Amino acid sequence: MENNVVLTMRGISMTFPGVKALDNVDFTLRKGEIHALMGENGAGKSTLIKCLTGINAFEAGEIHVDGINGPVVNHSTLDAQKKGISTVYQEVNLCGNLSVAENLFIGREPRTKIGTIDWKAMVKRSQKIMADLDMPVDVNQNLEEYSLALQQMIAIARAVDMDCKVLILDEPTSSLDDNEVEKLFKLMRQLRDKGVGIIFVTHFLEQVYAVCDRITVLRNGTLVGEYPIADLPRVKLVAAMMGKDFDDLAAIKTDETTDFSHAEVLIEAKGLSHKGTIKPFDLTIHKGEVVGLTGLLGSGRSELARVIYGADRNQTGTLKVNGKEVNIKAPIDAMNLGMGLLPDDRKAEGIIGDLSVRENIILALQAKRGMFKLIPMREQIALADKYIEMLQVKTASRETLIKQLSGGNQQKVILGRWLATDPDFLILDEPTRGIDVGTKTEIQKLVLKLAKEGKSLIFISSEIEEMLRTCSKMGVLRDGAKVGEITENLTQETVMNAIAGGGSNE
Amino acid sequence: MKTKKINSNTLLLIITIALFFVMYLAGCVVYSAKGFTHLQTFLNILINNAGLLCVTCGMTCVMLTGGIDISVGSLIALDCMFLAVGMERWGMSAPLLCVLVLVIGIVFGIVQGFCVGYLQIQPFIVTMAGMFFGRGMTAIISTDQVSISSNEWFVNLANTRIFLPFGAYTNNKGVLQVPYIRITVVVALIVLVAIFLMLRYTKFGRSLYAVGGNEQSAVMMGLNVPMTKLKAYVLSSFLCSIGGICFCLNTMSGNVQQATGLEMDAIASSVIGGTLLTGGVGNVIGSFFGVLINGTISTLVKTNGKLLSSWSNIAVAALLCFFIVLQSIFANIKAKK
Repeated sequence: MENNVVLTMRGISMTFPGVKALDNVDFTLRKGEIHALMGENGAGKSTLIKCLTGINAFEAGEIHVDGINGPVVNHSTLDAQKKGISTVYQEVNLCGNLSVAENLFIGREPRTKIGTIDWKAMVKRSQKIMADLDMPVDVNQNLEEYSLALQQMIAIARAVDMDCKVLILDEPTSSLDDNEVEKLFKLMRQLRDKGVGIIFVTHFLEQVYAVCDRITVLRNGTLVGEYPIADLPRVKLVAAMMGKDFDDLAAIKTDETTDFSHAEVLIEAKGLSHKGTIKPFDLTIHKGEVVGLTGLLGSGRSELARVIYGADRNQTGTLKVNGKEVNIKAPIDAMNLGMGLLPDDRKAEGIIGDLSVRENIILALQAKRGMFKLIPMREQIALADKYIEMLQVKTASRETLIKQLSGGNQQKVILGRWLATDPDFLILDEPTRGIDVGTKTEIQKLVLKLAKEGKSLIFISSEIEEMLRTCSKMGVLRDGAKVGEITENLTQETVMNAIAGGGSNE
Repeated sequence: MKTKKINSNTLLLIITIALFFVMYLAGCVVYSAKGFTHLQTFLNILINNAGLLCVTCGMTCVMLTGGIDISVGSLIALDCMFLAVGMERWGMSAPLLCVLVLVIGIVFGIVQGFCVGYLQIQPFIVTMAGMFFGRGMTAIISTDQVSISSNEWFVNLANTRIFLPFGAYTNNKGVLQVPYIRITVVVALIVLVAIFLMLRYTKFGRSLYAVGGNEQSAVMMGLNVPMTKLKAYVLSSFLCSIGGICFCLNTMSGNVQQATGLEMDAIASSVIGGTLLTGGVGNVIGSFFGVLINGTISTLVKTNGKLLSSWSNIAVAALLCFFIVLQSIFANIKAKK
């Protein structure tokens, strides 16, 4: 092992049932560096961290830690802590009902001669730790009296005081405001200068460039590469994370970009927001328009849609539908206004596995009409047959339980469910995820057909090509805020630049 | 050294203590003619509630972990019946029976604690099973009311008065009355102090708070959560058995219906004393005053003489509501901060 390296992971592999979560991944952490671990959701960041901290067992590969001979396998977080690997999570894992001093020392309290807890020594040592880290904290106060940022930092202080060599910060900034993030960064730099190796997992690109020295990128469970920060400008980082290299991407353009500026406005959102998920945004959608929402996973694409639909109630701003201001308190209000939402997690939010295809199709329409106005069976059958035919759902019969269908066909059924309500406005969140190419094309065609019929759509997808083919306008999201809109010159490159932020900084 | 600002939990405790004094002083003023002002009235509250105090101390420890133990009333009935039948019918020695009762308590606690801690079953369900089991076992031992009268050692213990060196007065017949307590009060107070120290100065004590505050965090910080919970239930059942002996010394009998609903008195006393049902917050000092308030209410109702004893239930209900509402108001204020 090089002498300034504190941690090496070599050839780490692990599988979850049916999925290769990590495939031969290497990771190296040096003393006194802040090392960002980047990747989209599902890229394997968390899994790698969990292999390191003993929450998941890896199948192949070796981990070496400075100062320990032979490969290291941890069986629990406690095990990892004893070997100098500490983790601080997004949610503070301390007890708010105990004092700061106790949180620093619980489980390893200083003792008096007769074996009882030595409160005086504990308080004194806590005060010293806080003073060393320049933290203005009264250690006798209960932890819950302090802000989340300070709690986060106290958690870090606890980890550092336990002689950690490797400090893992897993999305520590997600619930902090800018000011608090800055304080956290100051602490991180301080620790780096003391020689602690820090692994920083985050999805905020800005923060990576603000504080990190090195970046390791993962994608689909494999290692893309390790780069010094200077060698990897934002756009390239995004390209590495998404697995796209715009040099070799043929520009796939929509046949024609229709100008919607004169069309009737259907949806007009002004300053809508939901605390903690999406910052205030404006969005205008015309009749017959397909608006794409793009951004990295977790940038707030789905969250924006959920606010419009009332699944998360907006806390600020106004929403106009057809020029009239409306107050959407819950999805049923949105449905009555002619909206529909196809959620991205169809297992959890979409299908009802133990109901038949027919029942799943009529579900939304039934809800819209009201619980006591049962749709006549004849109409139900007609509707079900219509959409099974139209969407070419491959099912044994209309009475087959939906859970027996393949993912793509389930998706079509849910799409059929919303089409049955005859919506004017449909939000499709990742409608093509996990389905085969043929079906994808069908769904894209369907989207364009619906738009031609004068319906408006929001189309959310991780695949940029797909959106380029269907959308006439794209909203760009980053870190829970809508940061821009692209209406002209929709190409892979402009979109990726916009996602990376800062425009073309090369 | 400690310069803690008064937080809402301390405030709740202060309210509880203040409430006790207000209530007691009101009793002194209203019922001074009926002897409420005498020290012995207060001591009688302690004597009558010594068993409850032991049980409440254990209950508080369990509630600190976010759990609950509703088996204690039945366990007391079982203890009393076991003592009574053991002495009267089986002719066993009283000290041995007392030790056996404590062992029963520990075993009872280990089983319940194992189910809650290691098998992760809801404490309410586990201790409800314990409750039925305890009451059932009591009936199996005997369905009669068994009075203890033949065991000299036990009778003497029950009749022992420990006179206090102060507070003596002459009553209106000219007889000198020296205030006294019973052995049960001494036991209960020792339990109280021991648990207070345990909660503050031992790793186990602090672990109880940590587990109740945030179980996930407690695991992450390397505490043995299942073991902590198991110990909490063992402690509760053990203290309950000590309480059972005290209870038996008071009533001198065993009876299937004994101590019915006592678990609720213990929970009520803990809550009035500032213990949160959600865990992580509370203190036996508060529980002590909770028990005193409980005792004062029933003494006031009894002293009045005309009121149905059910009125004390209603008063406790009102107080419980008051404290729970207060707690939730404080919790809301905290959440808004």
